Amino acid sequence: MVGAETVTVAVGAASGLLKYTWIIALLPVISAALTLFFGKRTPGKGAVYGIAALAASWVLSILVLWHFVQGGGAQASQVDWFNVGPFHLQLGQYIDGLCAVMLVVVTSVSLCVHVYSLGYMHGDKRFTWFYFVLSMFTAAMLDVVIAPNLFQLLIGWEVMGICSYLLIGHWWEEKENSNASIKAFITTRIGDVPFMFGIFALIAATGFKTSNITDISGMIQAHQISGGVAAVAAILLFGGTIGKSAQFPLHVWLPDAMAGPTPVSALIHAATMVAAGVYLVGRMYTVFIGADAWVLQTVSIIGAITMLGAALLALVQNDIKRVLAYSTLSQLAYMVAVMGAGPAGRNAAFFHLFTHAFFKALLFLGAGSVIHAVHSNNMSDMGGLRKFMPVTFITFVIGSLALAGVFPLAGFWSKDELLVSAYDGHQWLFVIMVVTAVLTAFYTMRMVWLTFFGTYDGHGHPHESPRSMTSPLVFLGAATVGVGFLGSPLIHAPFFKWVYFGQPEAVHFVPWIALLGTVAALGGIGVAYLMYKEKREKDPLEGRLGPLWGVFQHRYYIDAFYMRAIIYPIRDTCSAGVYWFNQTVLDGFVNGMAALARGVSTMVYWFDRNVIDGAVNALGMGAEESGGLLKYLQSGNVQWYAVVLFVGVIALTIIFVRA
Amino acid sequence: MIRLPMILFFSAFLFSAGVYGVLVRRNAVMILMAIELMLNAVNVNLVGFSASLRAMSGQVFALFIIAVAAAEVGIGLAIVILLFRNRESINIDEASQLKW
Repeated sequence: MVGAETVTVAVGAASGLLKYTWIIALLPVISAALTLFFGKRTPGKGAVYGIAALAASWVLSILVLWHFVQGGGAQASQVDWFNVGPFHLQLGQYIDGLCAVMLVVVTSVSLCVHVYSLGYMHGDKRFTWFYFVLSMFTAAMLDVVIAPNLFQLLIGWEVMGICSYLLIGHWWEEKENSNASIKAFITTRIGDVPFMFGIFALIAATGFKTSNITDISGMIQAHQISGGVAAVAAILLFGGTIGKSAQFPLHVWLPDAMAGPTPVSALIHAATMVAAGVYLVGRMYTVFIGADAWVLQTVSIIGAITMLGAALLALVQNDIKRVLAYSTLSQLAYMVAVMGAGPAGRNAAFFHLFTHAFFKALLFLGAGSVIHAVHSNNMSDMGGLRKFMPVTFITFVIGSLALAGVFPLAGFWSKDELLVSAYDGHQWLFVIMVVTAVLTAFYTMRMVWLTFFGTYDGHGHPHESPRSMTSPLVFLGAATVGVGFLGSPLIHAPFFKWVYFGQPEAVHFVPWIALLGTVAALGGIGVAYLMYKEKREKDPLEGRLGPLWGVFQHRYYIDAFYMRAIIYPIRDTCSAGVYWFNQTVLDGFVNGMAALARGVSTMVYWFDRNVIDGAVNALGMGAEESGGLLKYLQSGNVQWYAVVLFVGVIALTIIFVRA
Repeated sequence: MIRLPMILFFSAFLFSAGVYGVLVRRNAVMILMAIELMLNAVNVNLVGFSASLRAMSGQVFALFIIAVAAAEVGIGLAIVILLFRNRESINIDEASQLKW
């Protein structure tokens, strides 16, 4: 990188600030390093670095977004990293309105989570480590957001994966938690493999020249890459989305990932990493549009299956975080499904991603606040908490109403956009989405009621969380109220002037769909209210659902199926194979080596005894023998010596004279 | 004028006599005397060649040898006296302890 020239490709007006957008992603890396090396010696155990860096990143993100608010254009700049043959790998940034919005989302939520963790993780024995991974994760996500090429995106993508693994298993002393982290890591990895092959396919399609997203998009628009190739690449890339955004059939890791600390769930498993999968589809949307039509249909179908399936599972959960986890699955599936409904759907999906990040992070942090107070995840241990925790209660209700899609909160506007796009795209999808909306409102209301209303069932006296935890809740609550209007026709939907595909489009507002959405939300809430207003021993749904209750409790037996059909056979085969390998090959090798060593040492022994000792003895005996013979020369008779001397002189004289 | 070959013959005879004496006599004093014969044979040789070649260096060497021979006799007689004190004999055959 040193000495490489910075190539700035100005797509529209280039602002001085935008050139340095990469600093937003760099700041968390610096804070991570500081936390790692100096965290434990810093007062407050190092949390200050992450919070300061994220605050700075947040301010910078707002400034970057401001560029687009003022109508600025996209801008890319990059430096060469290395070249392999014709392939140029670059590092850099591609900043457009979508990217700016994502930067704001990620830094806002991450900042909230960093502050919130001060309270939530207080006294944790790996507090500093937690902040290190949190900062590292944020940096990786920001890298994914600004990445101008697929390799840089992949780097951030994988770092996120490992950080997610570390954070889910933060309390790894309990087997359940470490299992959850392994499950999450391996499941997402199953999606990452096709994702990587998708990247390779696209690079191959460019003739091994570039992995730059803008260039690839340009080639597809110019029909230099055929629809079939694009379809293969797109479906492979979508594999990554299925893994990271936890879509069916790889959705199984996300509910288990709730084993991690709640701030982690808010940051990673609600607002950022799982959104990265959706972001990927949107970022590579040219590939999906340029591909054969069945690709986008597959995307919609996967989304539809996940949204309905997950919403049904959310109905029967007792663990408050699991309700939110299934809700997240369902909401992500909304985005994914509508992505498949065309460019308008893509923009609507991003709007939903934007609003969902705020209200779902709010809900998770609110749930964390509740869990912090009652020391249990189970809603059966909660109830009546509104009196004890007013701030948490109010913000949680705001988040819940937004999730249900009640006017005028964020979720209403984004869900409305999604429904309009789905109606224009696939009408069957529209129907499923409305049904899911009813279910969403129902389980949200159930969750709120079981947690905050009725009478307190748990132990001890719950109390409101500290300021460090409530202030992020208030901030996110305000955002949840506010951000929806950015996509609202009331103020001409500025969001869709920043985030668009091709050309900005005017936002459609269809009154009857908005009305239908509101009716669905209120209907769900009303039914839930009627069902749960009286306190009962058993969940009233259990009776109504009949045998389905068991199916839902067992998550459609999908996890069990995976365990029996895939994990156990592979694990048992592997362990049998490893056992055989151990017994036969490794032991054989070790035994063989031992036998070899014994043989060699026997030979060495023989050689030592006979050859070396023999040589030494022979030398000794030779010296003795020769000395015995030579001793007679030394008679002690001086004249005899003189004779020898004389004879020697004569002999030498003869030799020299004759020579 | 005596010719050089005559001198050399004489010198050789004298040297051989010295060698014979050294190798054969048992009396240590006689051996010392035989060594003197050999040294003086060399002296004769040197002086002979010096006269023949008209170069003075031979005579200078002869003088050196006379000086060295004097010293040698001094040491040699001292050894013989010590030998006699230890053995009460100067028979060289009896002084044969310096061996295996």
